[in-house]
Amino acid sequence: MLDAIDRKLIAATQGGLPLVREPYAALADQLGLPEAQVIARLQDLLARGAIRRIGAIPNHYALGFTANGMSVWDVADEEIAEVGAMVGALDAVTHCYERPRHLPLWPYNLFAMVHGRTRDEVRSEVADIARLIGPAARAHEVLFSTRILKKTGLRIAA
Amino acid sequence: MGIVDPTGRAIINGLQGGFPLTSRPFREAGAALGLTEDELIEGVGELIAAGQLSRFGPLWNAVELGGAVCLAAIAVPPARFDAVANQVNAHPEVAHNYERGHALNMWFVVSSEDPARIDAVLAEIERETGLVVHAMPKRQEFFVGFRVEV
Repeated sequence: MLDAIDRKLIAATQGGLPLVREPYAALADQLGLPEAQVIARLQDLLARGAIRRIGAIPNHYALGFTANGMSVWDVADEEIAEVGAMVGALDAVTHCYERPRHLPLWPYNLFAMVHGRTRDEVRSEVADIARLIGPAARAHEVLFSTRILKKTGLRIAA
Repeated sequence: MGIVDPTGRAIINGLQGGFPLTSRPFREAGAALGLTEDELIEGVGELIAAGQLSRFGPLWNAVELGGAVCLAAIAVPPARFDAVANQVNAHPEVAHNYERGHALNMWFVVSSEDPARIDAVLAEIERETGLVVHAMPKRQEFFVGFRVEV
């Protein structure tokens, strides 16, 4: 769990790191902590997975990756760990999860998000995934987003 | 759209993870990209100003922070689509909501610091809309990369 200092660090960095030569010293000044403590905390949060990574967070849409396809696959439960790891390792796949089926409406249990510049680019990547998975996928579909109805980031209060 | 100069490209392709946790991280990361410390700082600032980076810094994992996230989908009758979108979006716990081309045409993410809120919000949305909300919680995560090459 997070303590009060972790929460202050999150609140101070949700908008990003200060763009200065010594960003951690700037954060430390803001929080009233030594720089070494800020760095050690961030290292620990990264090691625990509370921070996924530190760096550039791209805006897909502004970079021209306007086609966003949610490819969904019906994979036998006993094969999903192997297939998921294989699909997740592809460069074109930005997220890959196992989720529950909702039969009969929704037979798919593997979700792989594919971003591309065009829908054709996404379809061609999905075709590559289909070849890679082979007969382990009993059915698949790709759902394109047609409208963004809401998009806000994670916000944790200090 | 999608126009990035060579410095921007080097930053986006080379700095999606692994930013150093040292006193002068821009100097160190810049050296690996062939940029000076100040060129890297300026380049990141320009990409943010252009909206090509959402931001530069830590990407926090909501679940590891003790919170919870759940994807959910609804088959919304087309005539009611906008009204239902307003009902769903009115919940502050709804972080993202997308229209998608499928019978299940509305896909949204509910996130909360309090895991118990997730089921409560999904139940409130069912009650308010009179539509079945299909919860699609993550069972296993194989990869979350968000990597893009420009």
